[in-house]
Amino acid sequence: MTEIKVIPLGAGQDVGRSCILLQMGGKNVMLDCGMHMGYNDDRRFPDFSFIAAEGPVTSFIDCVIISHFHLDHCGALPYLTEIVGYSGPIYMTHPTKAIAPILLEDMRKITVEKKGEANFFTSQMIKDCMKKVTAVTLHQSLMVDGQLEIKAYYAGHVLGAAMFRISVGSQSVVYTGDYNMTPDRHLGAAWIDKCRPDVLITESTYATTIRDSKRCRERDFLKKVVECIDRGGKVLIPVFALGRAQELCILLDSHWERMNLKVPIFFAVGLTEKANNYYKMFITWTNQNVKKTFVQRNMFDFKHIKPFDKKYEENPGAMVVFAPPGMLHAGLSLHLFKKWAPYENNMVIMPGFCVVGTVGHKILNGAKQIEFENRQVVDVKMSVEYMSFSAHADAKGIMQLIQYCEPKNVLLVHGEAEKMEFLREKIKQEFKLECYMPANGETCSIVTPYRISVDVSLPLLKSENVKHNALPPNPKRPRVIHGVLVMKETALCLMDVDEACKEAGINRHIIRFTSTVRLEDPSPPSKTAEKLLKLFQEKLQGWSVVLTDGSISVESVLVKIEGGEDEQKNVYVSWTNQDEELGSYILDILQNMGHVAS
Amino acid sequence: MMLDCGLSVHTALNFLPLPLVPSSRLLNLPSWMPRESEGSQLEGELKECCSRIFVDSAPEFCPPLDKIVDYSELDVILISNYTSMLALPFITERTGFKGVVYATEPTLQIGRLYLEELVEYIEQTPKRNQAKYWKEVLHLLPSPLCDSFKPRSWKQLYTLSDVQASLSRIKVVGYDEKRDVYGALNVTAVSSGYCLGSSNWIISSDYEKVAYVSGSSTLTTHPRPMDQNVLKNCNVLILTGLTQTPTVNPDTMLGELCMAVAATLKANGSVLIPCYPSGVVYDLFECLSSHLDSSSLSSIPMYFISPVADMSLGYSNILAEWLSNTKQNKVYLPEEPFPHAYLVKTGRLMHYKRIYSDGFSTDFRQPCVVFCGHPSLRFGDAVHFIELWGSNPLHTVIFTEPDFPYLDALAPFQPLAMKAVHCPIDTSLNFTQANKLIRELKPSTLVVPNAYTQAPSAHPHRSDLVIDQESRYVISVQRGEVVSLAVKRHTAKVDLCPILADKVSGCEVRPGVNLATITAGLLVKDNQHNIKEWADEGPSGKRKKLTRPEDCLRQLKYEWGNLDIDQFVQKLNQEGIKDAKVERSNTGFIIHLEEDTLIQVDDKSTHIYCEAADRQLRLKLRNILMQCLNSF
Repeated sequence: MTEIKVIPLGAGQDVGRSCILLQMGGKNVMLDCGMHMGYNDDRRFPDFSFIAAEGPVTSFIDCVIISHFHLDHCGALPYLTEIVGYSGPIYMTHPTKAIAPILLEDMRKITVEKKGEANFFTSQMIKDCMKKVTAVTLHQSLMVDGQLEIKAYYAGHVLGAAMFRISVGSQSVVYTGDYNMTPDRHLGAAWIDKCRPDVLITESTYATTIRDSKRCRERDFLKKVVECIDRGGKVLIPVFALGRAQELCILLDSHWERMNLKVPIFFAVGLTEKANNYYKMFITWTNQNVKKTFVQRNMFDFKHIKPFDKKYEENPGAMVVFAPPGMLHAGLSLHLFKKWAPYENNMVIMPGFCVVGTVGHKILNGAKQIEFENRQVVDVKMSVEYMSFSAHADAKGIMQLIQYCEPKNVLLVHGEAEKMEFLREKIKQEFKLECYMPANGETCSIVTPYRISVDVSLPLLKSENVKHNALPPNPKRPRVIHGVLVMKETALCLMDVDEACKEAGINRHIIRFTSTVRLEDPSPPSKTAEKLLKLFQEKLQGWSVVLTDGSISVESVLVKIEGGEDEQKNVYVSWTNQDEELGSYILDILQNMGHVAS
Repeated sequence: MMLDCGLSVHTALNFLPLPLVPSSRLLNLPSWMPRESEGSQLEGELKECCSRIFVDSAPEFCPPLDKIVDYSELDVILISNYTSMLALPFITERTGFKGVVYATEPTLQIGRLYLEELVEYIEQTPKRNQAKYWKEVLHLLPSPLCDSFKPRSWKQLYTLSDVQASLSRIKVVGYDEKRDVYGALNVTAVSSGYCLGSSNWIISSDYEKVAYVSGSSTLTTHPRPMDQNVLKNCNVLILTGLTQTPTVNPDTMLGELCMAVAATLKANGSVLIPCYPSGVVYDLFECLSSHLDSSSLSSIPMYFISPVADMSLGYSNILAEWLSNTKQNKVYLPEEPFPHAYLVKTGRLMHYKRIYSDGFSTDFRQPCVVFCGHPSLRFGDAVHFIELWGSNPLHTVIFTEPDFPYLDALAPFQPLAMKAVHCPIDTSLNFTQANKLIRELKPSTLVVPNAYTQAPSAHPHRSDLVIDQESRYVISVQRGEVVSLAVKRHTAKVDLCPILADKVSGCEVRPGVNLATITAGLLVKDNQHNIKEWADEGPSGKRKKLTRPEDCLRQLKYEWGNLDIDQFVQKLNQEGIKDAKVERSNTGFIIHLEEDTLIQVDDKSTHIYCEAADRQLRLKLRNILMQCLNSF
């Protein structure tokens, strides 16, 4: 038995700061390298000292895989490569490689320039870090080294999001990153083949939710926005520049077009246009619909959505503003929130998950007053709405993925402990699978059966086929295979006995027995043979009994009749040692009959 | 398994062009009849232009040879690139084809553009008559018509619905993606560097590897570079798709093209470049625009006219993952990977579906550069421009696509005053590159078309324009020929169940070599083999009743080595068989025992003759013998 070890450095019974260490077949792989948005101290980065207390991490980790561009999955990467000093291979998809540095830079600016923190990574470090990244394409089998192989699958969570299958020899693990099993306005649904991994490491953000239909949620969202602007209120939608933002923009833009609405929609400048450009260029990563129509009309050229300017925030009257970041923890969205929160006409719609510690998380939990670091207190009178638009798989989706890939074990990460507990029971019940949910820093060892691969000589395999008259094999009913396993050092090869002797360089020693029985039968020898043939066929059901040139053969047993037209016949029975049982049985038959009944 | 299915469009050269507007010149060409012919059925089928004979009919194309294989029995078709799939609808539609077609995403998308363009070109200029009698009198016709290959198998083009149906059978693969074929084989597409999404294929089983290399390039243009590493050390390398213009260098040609364009434009003439809707044309946009800039001709408009021009320009800029590194890095900025996106934005490059599309006639000004199809000059908007400009010596037509001999393409338009320049740009491997590649890949067996083993007929003394056949096994193939590839499979990989493995105890026959006889259950599912423990069917109960044949195998052991005759006789003595008389024979020994019992011992065998009644004695002998022999 061999073990697969999984150690979450982040995202163990927790959302945010995804970073999971995988040990399998002597290889160490880091899955994601995220940052925790709720912390401002050392806790925001995974505890890399866990990997190698002092020594270099490069020699310990064989590769780092980043599932998608969200900072809670890639935010600590520059820290790992430029400060901790990891210099081994890093893999991510092309869109992730394109977009991640933008988000990293954006976060760096907020942290360093707005919050005035020192001791953070620099712009140059982000650039240097990205240079070390190898971009992968979907379904490409990439050999990291002689044994370690990775393969990316479409995950549908954001542009370029991927699930990864990691395999070493016969062992394999699938890591989902964040994924979404229902196609949305611009992305397709996650897909994986029946790859039967030993362990499926899946996110479980919405472990207990079964989301209502997508269309209902969209209708709800539009209704709330329209109600608010009808009463002259301002709608603030905190979003990350890439991802949900594009989907909501498509939704609002087409609604505005259809209803001929005139209230302005703004999108925070800078990132927007660039972000939409990424979507245009990586359109192959969006869904079929967007792909099909992009030449005529690119979905990401919005008609009603204008760039936001700082001076608009003082404008009276209704407006809708998309502002980053998504969890109201810094930047423009927080700034607008402080301004608009005290008025009950206004509304904030939180379209995604918020980590503990962020303003977003507080107001979603009903906080009516928010106190900031500089003792500023803001009353929250605006209405606060939560719309689950963040594209994670819900409980149904997670179960569906398990069904798709048929894992032997499931391991939950990226979720809250109680919810995981619930899902774990459900998985155990429905699929009868072992399900794990290690906490951060906890090592989870999963035992997997080892598989032994042997070579079989084709003549042997084919002779088996010939024996069964080339009948197609029945996958449920085994057929017998008989041969000799030749073991030379580590090479194992099953072959026919004569081939094996040749391969081993030895001579077989064949033992043969011949015994004579005297029979009384007045018919000519050929007739006697026919009679015996009939008798044997009757007694030896399931064996192939053949008559050739007056001799009867069953396997290696040969029965030969000698004698003239007279009564006395000599019957010779001859067989090899291997057919002793059969040979003596046939001899018994002949001895017991004495004379041939006619 | 079928490797590629290209269409031979050459046959179209034998037909008259299909102009968009009726051309009085073409209509008034004299009919031609063979002198010996008497039938009037041939009337009007053949026309003569400048002593060349053309068929006046809707053009026909030569699909792959049928009747050699039954298309309904094909399991898989592997497509290398979008130029080698034009016959796909002929193979997959109405033939009973039930298999799968594998191609990369760009191959599918751009291949769709090629197919749709071809169909549109033919359908926008329908021809009522379909000539067929000329095929009956082939021997009476002048060259090159009389040399036509199997004209009766030529077919009219498929329809758009055939194209859709056929393309819907394609399953998209990525580079380096292993696709399982019925559990028996793996097929993998690897980058070939020739055009967007172009691939070579690796077909492999557990121990055997066949590489199919077609349409590859080691030059640096826009596609992802060729992946050579994975092609190394295969059992068989099938190599085809080498350059069609082995004597010219594509870079030089590109330079000459730029010069010719600039010279014509400076003289106030316009340039027609017949082209396909994708491929080298992207490089032409890029190089030509920068050359015009440096020749202070930046104000000259470039027109790209094709029913799929917009799609082609659009798709090329979203396929970043399939591009060269330089182009790929641009999308990280994010900028469009191809400069033609910028040329379109700034109005330098204008694209239209057809010459009669909205806006073209108002935008059109001369001098200009027009890119449009079809390179055969038999259909498509290029026919119109040749007719329009043919009589003016200021204008130039430049042939870049190597697929058609340019003089043949121009033949039905003669006499022509317009200049014709031949700058074929074929980025495929040339013979020097191919020979170098083969040396590096070291295949055990090389398979090439017969044509590559002798110097081209146009250059019979260029012995450098052949594939080296020294120091390796080369099989050359010809159309319609069946060859057997020299791949012999010896072993297959099988999973051995660990429970069974634990019970296997080997017997060391030589240092480091162990043998163990195994009788087990073999499970076969999706061509994957699994060896498990052979399940007991329960105790067979009564003695005397013989067990099933399979169960007999279970306890088997095999004896090996020589029998030590002295040891054997000694053992016989110990067991009370004292009267053994040993006698030397030619090949070994004969041991006589009481009565008729006799043991014949040779190097590799021992034969015991014994009366049936002496069962006890026989079993005793057997026992002793087996104690004296090694077994596994």
